[in-house]
Parts: sequence; structure tokens; C-alpha cells
Amino acid sequence: MCSRSVIKKINKLLLSKELSCKELTENYLNQISSSSLNAYITVCKDKALKSAEKVDEKIRSGEKLELLEGIPMTLKDNISTKAIETTCGSRILKGYKPIYNATVWNTLKSKNSVLLGKTNMDEFAMGSSCETSFIGGAKNPHNLNYVSGGSSGGVASAVAGNIAAYGLGSDTGGSVRQPSSFCGLVGLKPTYGSVSRYGLVAYASSFDQIGPIAKTVEDAAIVFDEIAKYDPLDSTSNPKANSLKTYESLTKSVKGLKIGIPKEYYDGIDEEVRKSLEKALEHYKSLGCEIKEFSIPEVKAALPVYYILACAEASSNLSRFDGIRYGYKTSHYTDVNEMISKTRSEGFGAEVKRRILLGNYVLSSGYYDAYYKKAQNLRGLISRAFDKAFNTFDILLTPTSPVTAFPANKKYSSPDEAYLCDICTVPVNIAGLPGVSIPCGFDSNDLPIGMQLIGKKFSEAKILNAAHQFELVTNFNYIKTPSMGVKI
Amino acid sequence: MKYELVVGLETHVELATKTKIFCSCANDFGASPNTHCCPICIGHPGTLPKINREVVNLAIKAGLATNCTINFRSKMDRKNYVYPDLAKAYQISQYDLPICKNGYIELSSGKKIRINRIHMEEDAGKLAYKPSEIYIDYNRGGVPLIEIVTEPDISSSEEAKEYVEKLQNILRYAGVSDCKMQEGSMRCDVNISVKPFGSNSLGTRTEIKNMNSVTFMTKAIDYEYERQIDVLEDGGKVVQQTLRYNESKSSTESMREKEDAHDYRYFGDPDLVEIILSSEDVEKIKKSLPEMPESRFKRYTETLGISEADADLLTKYKNVADFFEAASKEIKSPKIVSNFIIGEIFRSIETESEKENFDISITPVQLEELVKLVELNKINMNLAKKTLAKMLKTGKGVGEFISESDMQGISKEEVERLCKDAVKNNESAVKDYVSGKEKALKAILGSVMRQTKGRGNAQEIEKKLVELIKNT
Repeated sequence: MCSRSVIKKINKLLLSKELSCKELTENYLNQISSSSLNAYITVCKDKALKSAEKVDEKIRSGEKLELLEGIPMTLKDNISTKAIETTCGSRILKGYKPIYNATVWNTLKSKNSVLLGKTNMDEFAMGSSCETSFIGGAKNPHNLNYVSGGSSGGVASAVAGNIAAYGLGSDTGGSVRQPSSFCGLVGLKPTYGSVSRYGLVAYASSFDQIGPIAKTVEDAAIVFDEIAKYDPLDSTSNPKANSLKTYESLTKSVKGLKIGIPKEYYDGIDEEVRKSLEKALEHYKSLGCEIKEFSIPEVKAALPVYYILACAEASSNLSRFDGIRYGYKTSHYTDVNEMISKTRSEGFGAEVKRRILLGNYVLSSGYYDAYYKKAQNLRGLISRAFDKAFNTFDILLTPTSPVTAFPANKKYSSPDEAYLCDICTVPVNIAGLPGVSIPCGFDSNDLPIGMQLIGKKFSEAKILNAAHQFELVTNFNYIKTPSMGVKI
Repeated sequence: MKYELVVGLETHVELATKTKIFCSCANDFGASPNTHCCPICIGHPGTLPKINREVVNLAIKAGLATNCTINFRSKMDRKNYVYPDLAKAYQISQYDLPICKNGYIELSSGKKIRINRIHMEEDAGKLAYKPSEIYIDYNRGGVPLIEIVTEPDISSSEEAKEYVEKLQNILRYAGVSDCKMQEGSMRCDVNISVKPFGSNSLGTRTEIKNMNSVTFMTKAIDYEYERQIDVLEDGGKVVQQTLRYNESKSSTESMREKEDAHDYRYFGDPDLVEIILSSEDVEKIKKSLPEMPESRFKRYTETLGISEADADLLTKYKNVADFFEAASKEIKSPKIVSNFIIGEIFRSIETESEKENFDISITPVQLEELVKLVELNKINMNLAKKTLAKMLKTGKGVGEFISESDMQGISKEEVERLCKDAVKNNESAVKDYVSGKEKALKAILGSVMRQTKGRGNAQEIEKKLVELIKNT
């Protein structure tokens, strides 16, 4: 069967010389400029065309082309790109051009990737709709009245809307997987420590991980294999990352694979989501997998643990934005304290301020033990519960989100109602595990449904293998694909 | 009522590493502003710290040299506070798992000043105030520091002085830091309180920040001691506050009161992994430590026969002690080497910092050659000292100034002949001596010594002269 991989298709196209890389890139750039998705914050037209020309030269001279070379792609706007504005979706970083490259971008750049631009996101990756961005949210290509999901909504919107072949997002509590699920894409949140965080503007350092968002599992695997690498610049990077080769094991049979169904994940989820997951299980059964339900009650604590710890780290990580060295600075002030406080008041949006306040609160003397310390202990408990589950199961299968994409500008009665969206994704970040979201159906509004496969640390090959085998027997990632953007 | 002084010290020491604590920028003092900076030490978004292993090694050295226990598991924490010179708005430090704990420094009285902990941290940048403008220099941001925290065991400004000087000396010996207070590579915060004599409970303390000289520190302690007693005697209460010492007014003044105290919201830095050490790691560092001044002092006084005062001077600076030891390797009486260093050589050095550097023009081997000639009675002390002075001036060895014939010594017969001639030629001086003027003999001795060109032994010649005069 012919591969559905967008990367492989483009690679073939370029090698066939039917289309030059420059022409291809121009197509993408034209589609971006006429797009109404609001997916991009910054478009790098000149730089993209220059990279494309370099690839064309290589093709002309008959040199071998690696798979990622010349592929027009995008980066979430919290991944540092030298001399290219990196805003994190925030007014406070408007105009900020990093003086160095993130390790992942150095890696992809060295592979002659064509960076089309930087994509939209919830401000500092705080949100599940992309709507906390200072330019407003990116739209869902499946229905423009719905959100793309978040926080890497711009990447998902761009990839689903065919104005990027693939992209890198970041996942702190679900920010790669949830928008992938909302937009009918494959999104991988790798094991903590397998992809360098150097150059990723930190939201919550002990949770953040960069991961690919792509049309197919093959594409996600190709990109992941390139960016999974030990990085001496990141102390939390793990040498095991160097031996992760997922692409070559995609085709393995999943017969006999033990799949665990943690029932807590299915409490209170949307009926349509539940039904499509049940169908997915049937597919796995027919592939010869052993499926068993089990209980992991510890994950019930995941949401408060995540919001306490992530906000604590965020409150510290975001303190450096003071208007002194880079980014937005208030125009009227009388002394340095007023300058810092006005800069931050004007530069940050409401959701970021809320999380900074919450984080400062849980770290304050008198509250530290009751919140931060307790949450740390629970984090250990949750991790150990997963370790135990993986003594029995190879992978776990859960929904990615309890619901499908919701309408844009939805009003919540309280912030924690919105936080509930993350209930299925945060446990993976708490335990540092790999998780991949893949399409598994559509709801009655024709909006994509995603399911999540979770593995133990550094088992990306296993979950992507299971994902790929599912993809081969289903068609969710290419039927009902939005008819916009560049046709490959 | 009589009051006791209770002092605890927190000493910050800049470590003598080539590079900063979390990046590869140079750790240099005095460069032009913002030239030793990179995205990491100016905290640009997305950058990550990476601990410099040499910082850990030097912190362990400091701990071992001050009798601390080394924590095999320690971690870095974030201390959150907003100040323009702190680029990340948090200082990476150590909170609940410092690298070293439970040490002490022994004072000359035998009293032990207990060290509660030593932890590693990064320094902040510096602000420069111009009229209506503030400039920030981030060169110092990320310079590695250790903070050495004592228990409140110090009970006088003299003890505080001795503790700081001992600590300085130990850390210099261990190669941990140059501990230059005037350049800010060592600075002290003083916690100070008073309590009724013999009382078990501590009084309310104040903290005097950033003392950058031992002299000012002792003055500040003495001042603050008196001030707190005055407050109490007047029926008042000491207010817990942070003070600074005003050098021109010789008094302390308030920086902030307890209500304004920071809540640093410490938590483990998620960007850095725990520092795990093995006993082999620590053992290796222990072996690399040089002999500490305390132990050298003991050896010099007990086995080398050097006076305590001299041993003190020799061990005060490691370079001096090292020079002394290198120059007396094959010497039977190291006391001569010690005398030359403390006498002739120190006389040629003007400042304490020059003494500390001890960058003199001759090598220990050159000094050893000279002392050997004295030991072999080939030249006398007088000639040796004169020669040493010339050596120090030129950096040249003994051979340049003393010829083979000079080193032949002088025969008994020749001494006898010269003495006889001298007695004959100095009749009036001989008369004076005989009539009781002891000094007259020195004049005769001087003339003989001149004729021996420094080869003669003054004591022998004096004996000979007295013998000749008695016999006439």
C-alpha cells in the first residue's frame, strides 16, 4: 500500500523534479497569506525561500536528499529561533528576536528544513483553545467556528489546514496531543528527557517537552527520530534519547500486545468519544492485541497536582519578563519598580496572570507544605502507579480529550471548568511518559476524535508502532481532510 | 546589667573557577561591563543552566578544609526575588540539601566556631547609578559563590576577626578562592544579638549586610553591640531588621525591617538534576587538598624548631609556606630559611597582597643554595644576607655574587695572623678595652672582618682577639 506520509510524498516530489523546493515553498507561502486560520504569528518568507533554494541546488547537483530536507514546516512560537521573532503568543515578547537557536531548530536547520514561520499558541502555552494568544486563537480547519485546541493550536491548525507539512509543538499538560486530537492529527508527547528543551521558552520546566504534530504516524516518527537526541546543554536530557529509533519498528506486528484500559480516564467523557474508542478497541482486538480494563485511582489527583506544580514553576519561569533586557516595555514610569510592574500588568494576559498568582501562592511560606510539597509527593505516587501498570501492560489506551473541539469564544463559568479539558493528558506529563494522540473517528459535527496511547519511559517505538498499525487499518487521518491549503 | 555578644557569620566567597557556574563565560574580575555574558547568564528565555563540575569540586574542597560532612546527595533550588541585576528573577542556590554541613574552624584559643552549612549559588550582576539613570553590568551574574554559614558561636569582634582571617587563609590554601574582600570576592553578613550575661535564650538579632573589610566588620560589630545594649538599657526592644554599615559615619543604619522581609518561595530548580557524589569522588578531592595552615603551623613549631610567631608569618599565606618548604627540602636547619624569608625577603616586600602573591625574583632552589653555603660554614651570615639582597634585586643565583675563593673559607693561621696584626695596630682601642670599654673590641673585630672579606666567623675571631689581648 502506498504510504500516506506527507514527508515521504514531498520528498518523492522534489526528487522527481516535478516541482522545485522553491515552487513548493512559494505555494505554501501563498496559501499562508490567503489563509483565514490565524495559524501563524510570524511568516519567514525570505528565509524560507532561501532555504528552499539551497535544497534545489542540492537536487540539481544530484546529491542525496534526506527525508526532512526541503520539507516546509513550522515551529510553535515558543521555540527560540535566532533573529526570528519568538513571542510565545504574548504581548510581553512582541518584537523579541532571540540571539540563539533552540537545539531542536539547530537540528532541523542542519537538515535543510524550510521554516515557513512561527505558529500561534496560547499565551506562554497556558490554555487548551489557543485563544489566550495575544492575536486571538487559531481556527480549526475542520470547522472554522471551532477552536484548534491548545496550546499548540497554531501548529495543529497549520498542519490540518495544509499550510505546513508538519510542525513542532510543546506539550506541558497536553498541548501537543489535545490540538492534534481536535484537528484530526498525530501528536507525540515524547518521554521527558528525550528531546532537548534548550531554547524552548519554559512554561513548567519539569513537564515541558517538545513533540511533533503531523498528518500521519510515519511523519511523526520520522521527525521524532531526528529530534530525539541527548543534548549536553539540557541537564534533564537523557542519553537514552540517542538510541530511540521509532520509524524502523512501525511495521512490526502488534499481535499479542497487551493493552490496558485505565477506567478512570473514561469517567464523564462524551458519549461519542466513548463510542469511537470502543470501536478502536475492536480494531486492536482484530489485530491480535490483548485488551484488559484496570483501575489507576491515583490519576484522580492528576489535575490539581498538575496545576499546582506547573503554576509554581511558571511563576518563577515567567518572572524574568521585566522589560529590561528584551521584549515589551511600558512607556510611562517613574522608577524601576513601577516599570517592571506596569510592563508585566500590560504585557501579560489574564490567564497567565492567574497562573502566576496561583504559583506564587502555593510556593509562599505557610502554604508550601499544604500545596507544593503535597503535590510533589502525589506526583511520585502517580508515577509509581504507572510503573506498576506497565508491569502488566505494554501500552495504555485512553481518550486524548473528554470532548471534541468546542466552539470558539466559549465562556466558562470558572477557570477550573476549562482546566478539566486537560484531565486525560496531564497524567503523562506528571509521570514523564510518552503519549501519542491519533485520530480514531469523528463526532456528529464531523469534528475529529482522538485517542491516546501511553507507554513507559522511552517506549516511543512501541506506542508509535501500535499507532501506525491502527492507522493502516483505519482511514480517519485522510477522510474528511479539510480541503484547503497546499495539495500534495 | 552585663550583656553577652552573640554573632553568627554568613560569608560569601567567589570561587576561583575559569568559567561561570552555569555557562562557559569567563569568571573574571574587572572586565568592561557586559562583556562576559551569554544568553544563559543573562537569562534569555529558553536557556538552561548546566552546572560547572569545578564549582562542585571547589565547594567540596571548602567543606573538607573546614571539617564539614559532604552530602552525597544535594540539589539546586531557586530563590525567587525581583531585582534588576538578577536576570532570571531567581537566584539558583541551595536550600534544604546543601553540599556541605556540620563543620568548624578552631580559633587559637581552642574554641570551635561551628559551621552549619556551605552551599553553592550564583552571584547577581551589579548596578551602577548615574544621575537619573541606572546601568546594569551582568558580568558578575553567574559567577560561582559558596556561602559559609556559622552557628551563633562568636562572642566578640576579635573572635569574628580571627574566624574570618582563618577562613580566608584556609580557603586560599585549598585553592577555593583568592578571598579578596576589597575586590568583593569575599564578603560577610553579620547576624548579631545581645543577651544578659549567662542567659540561655538569644536576643532579637539584626543583620549587617555586605561587610567588605575585616576592620569595618569589627567596628560594625562593636558599634551594633553597644547600640543594642543602649536600646535595652533604655527599656526599648531591639527591632529585627537588616542594616548596612555606614563607613563614613562609623554607624549602622536600617535597610529594611522584618515586615519587608522577602519570601523567597524556594523550590527545587527543575532545570538541574540532583548532584550525586560517591565516596570515591570525595576521597579523590580530599587527596588533592594541600596540607592546611593549622597542620603546617604545628609541624613547623614542633618539629622544625621555628618559633610560633615566625610559624604564624610563614603559614599566613600559602605561597610563602610553599616557598619555605621548597627551599628547605635539603636543609638541616630550616630556621635559617625561615629567618631569611621573614627578615631579608619580607623586608623587600611592601604590601600584604604582595606577600600573599609572593611573586619574588628568586626561586626556592636559589635560596636553598645560599643557605647550604652557610650551613657548610663556607660563608658567614653577614655575607649571606648581603648576597641575598643582591639576589633579590637581580634574580640571579649565588654564583653571580660569591666567587670560588670567597667560598674557600679562611684558615686558622690566617685568622691568627690578621688578629695579631689588628691588636698590634690598634693600641689605643686595646687600651680602652682593657680599661673596661667593651665596645672598643667591636671596632677591632670590625677591621678584622673587613680584611677577611666576610669569610671569617665573627664569633671565632672575637674569641681569638680576647685571647690575644689577655695574653699581652
